[in-house]
Amino acid sequence: MLERISPAIAANRFGLGARPGELAQIGSQPRDWLVAQLSGAAPLLTGPELYTSADTLSRGLEVRRALRAAKREAAKADSDDKANAVAAVMKIGQVYRPIYIAEAIARLREGVTTDRPFVERLTYFWTNHFAVSIDKNLVLGLAGSFEREAIRPNVLGHFSDMLLAVERHPAMLLYLDNHLSVGPHSRAAGLLERRRGNQRRLGINENLARETLELHTVGVGGGYTQADVTTLAEVITGWSIGGEGGGRLARGIPGEFLFRPEVHEPGAKVVLGKRYADTGYEQGVAVLKDLAAKPATAHFIATKLIRHFVADDPPPRAVERVAKVFLSSHGHLPTVYRALVESREAWDQPLAKYKTTNDYILSTLRGLQLPADRGRASLAAFEVMGQRTYSPGSPAGWPDRSADWDGASALIKRIEWADAVGQRVGSRIDAKELAPQLLGDNLAGATRAAIARAASGAQAITLMLSAPEFMRR
Amino acid sequence: MRTLKRRDFLQVGALALGGAFLTARLALARTGTSRSRFVFIIMRGALDGLAAVPPYGDPDYAGLRRELALKTPGTPGGALPLNGFFGLHPSLGFLHDSYAAQELVVFHAVSSPYRERSHFDGQDVLENGTLQPHAVQTGWLNRALASLQVEHGKEVGVALGQNIPLVMRGPASVTSWSPSKLAALDDDTLERITDLYAGDPLLASRLADALAADAIAGAVNGAAGAAPVQRGKPTRYTEVVRAAAGFLRRDDGPQVAVFDTTGWDTHANEGNAEGQLAGRLAALDAGLRTLKDELGGAWADTAVLLATEFGRTVATNGTRGTDHGTATAAFLLGGAVQGGRVIADWPGLSSRSLYQGRDLKPTADLRSVLKGVLSEHLLVSTSTLESSVFPDSTNARVVKGLFRS
Repeated sequence: MLERISPAIAANRFGLGARPGELAQIGSQPRDWLVAQLSGAAPLLTGPELYTSADTLSRGLEVRRALRAAKREAAKADSDDKANAVAAVMKIGQVYRPIYIAEAIARLREGVTTDRPFVERLTYFWTNHFAVSIDKNLVLGLAGSFEREAIRPNVLGHFSDMLLAVERHPAMLLYLDNHLSVGPHSRAAGLLERRRGNQRRLGINENLARETLELHTVGVGGGYTQADVTTLAEVITGWSIGGEGGGRLARGIPGEFLFRPEVHEPGAKVVLGKRYADTGYEQGVAVLKDLAAKPATAHFIATKLIRHFVADDPPPRAVERVAKVFLSSHGHLPTVYRALVESREAWDQPLAKYKTTNDYILSTLRGLQLPADRGRASLAAFEVMGQRTYSPGSPAGWPDRSADWDGASALIKRIEWADAVGQRVGSRIDAKELAPQLLGDNLAGATRAAIARAASGAQAITLMLSAPEFMRR
Repeated sequence: MRTLKRRDFLQVGALALGGAFLTARLALARTGTSRSRFVFIIMRGALDGLAAVPPYGDPDYAGLRRELALKTPGTPGGALPLNGFFGLHPSLGFLHDSYAAQELVVFHAVSSPYRERSHFDGQDVLENGTLQPHAVQTGWLNRALASLQVEHGKEVGVALGQNIPLVMRGPASVTSWSPSKLAALDDDTLERITDLYAGDPLLASRLADALAADAIAGAVNGAAGAAPVQRGKPTRYTEVVRAAAGFLRRDDGPQVAVFDTTGWDTHANEGNAEGQLAGRLAALDAGLRTLKDELGGAWADTAVLLATEFGRTVATNGTRGTDHGTATAAFLLGGAVQGGRVIADWPGLSSRSLYQGRDLKPTADLRSVLKGVLSEHLLVSTSTLESSVFPDSTNARVVKGLFRS
């Protein structure tokens, strides 16, 4: 079969859906269009409404402190006053929710307007690979800044740098509970045990260590054991956040990463057969660096990339090729992406991937050039169609296979939403003219005919957005 | 009410094989499979079985669980008594009532064949019914449904959610349904989209399924006067449970419903009689109560199975929570269930009885329970169970006698 290096594949599979005129702009060299997006610094989303994680967390700390104080007061009061006193304090969600909304809107706006949609898609890919989820309340105000601080600056850098930025980011530490994890033989544990007797045992929490191995680096088949999980958890005891905890613990810059030597489990440790001397914080950095360079990691990342950009069942040869490049480039991501773009398999089968809800909404808004500034109304579409921004629900992230997105109920919701969009723009946008500009050579004759025969401009838009080739990329 | 120890567990199996089981099967067969309803609730995130079903009678329980330990029944905030050894978490009032009404069987120290500690692989094995994660792309429940004789074109199962979870994916015709907040489409547009999908088998069948499900749901909501009035505050599961009941209580609707519950991954600040997990369990308990209420008369023909991918560590971790473990508890509930029993071959919590020195040791295979439900409730044949539904499961002996005859 002849390779079909189609602009429509570049725009829809690698990008976020064509905007009018984009396919023409891509022209005859779709690979060049993609590779060109990889040079220069990755765009960092900024704006007056976007706060750093540290800012958000210090505001959160103040609120939590006030709430604790109110509860203490309330404990003394009688029961009526009790409820009032606590209710009077602003809840953490009230602080975090507007921050979350501002972040989600900024992200949406960037996705709809960017000229480097490939980089944006890669950003989503990594945010999903290193997933945090806002259904944990503490993460609600941090998911957006996590992406801006840990993912975006590294999306065109090295994997090992992104890994380190992620594992020490407060959002990840909070999401997977590491900020509270205490080495059982650490100074803090010893002190507390003497003071409180045997009341409360301090110890490790292995959540972040497990997901670092299983989801972030070598993958579930990557050859680690329960002992490796436990030991890695000990290695990263002390990776915490400034300002957290009461009394003397509340030191460091509020909301910034803080290594707390007093809770770090002392001693040399063996992870995946290699011994790491006790160098405090650096011990964890050393393990992460080694994990980033493992062949298993290269294979795991390559598999996920190929699944995302080629097919639900990744062709093994393409995986092998990309994994090799990952290793030989020492995880230099633009080099890896280039290998991906150059894979024949990525261009072989058009429309092999079913769009996620995020893909579907963004490609619609881009294609129709709809503004993403309708605030919460724009975000509601994500929720209705089952992919509320930053809420994958688990550290594994959103799934990336057709069967996870092509349910009957999910489909009818897309069509209903497409219909609402059609009603909104049908009088001013001509689907007949637009469809070839968005779908290029993916546009099927049946779709073209259906659009031409539509009873109204609105219905024509609905049909275009419901077409099989618009559901896929 | 009694606990079954290992020997009893086997005895029940042998007895059932002898005769009682055959009678039950014939009786059910006469009424036809179409009246049996089954709801499978996946508890994603690894439910702490030792918190949901505390073995307060085990001498090691309180010491290992420390601040997470539940008090003995009869004390404030104490466990709800089951049989003198096991209790239920105090948030599970409805389940406790069901136990008393002999409509609940509690299983303990059970697990799927999966022995690692990844949520995602664990859930995959729980749903795919094989020994390995990602071994197949279909689910055991769907494969079981595929073996049943059903009217052509009729949906036998419904997933309450936008997409279909793995356990329900496969050859049998199933659908997914979730309430819509969008305006309905006009018939003309729908017809044109149906035409547009003529060349796309996947989208064509999905659209047809969606319209069929909407028709059923619409008819249910259309008869709004018949829907019982909700008592108290709606919980997080009210909507999904009402929808499930709406599908199941119709004679021409799907027979099997599946939905997910989440939030069981309690690594930190799990709580005991109160706290994080207590809140989740209370919401689940309220959801199950609503399900019974909404099913009305159909409850008598219903079995609800709640299962999770694996359990959690026996000892608390350093952050007042528990990490990923192995064996856990499961629940079988409903008017069709021969309940009021805890079925467990209790391995004990002493350090040498723990699995890998940290987890509750599995002494029963969850597939034994699932096979019992499928064979006696949905009348799936033994050969189908052993060959296509749960391949390589001959060691997982069917638990018999779980249903009223």
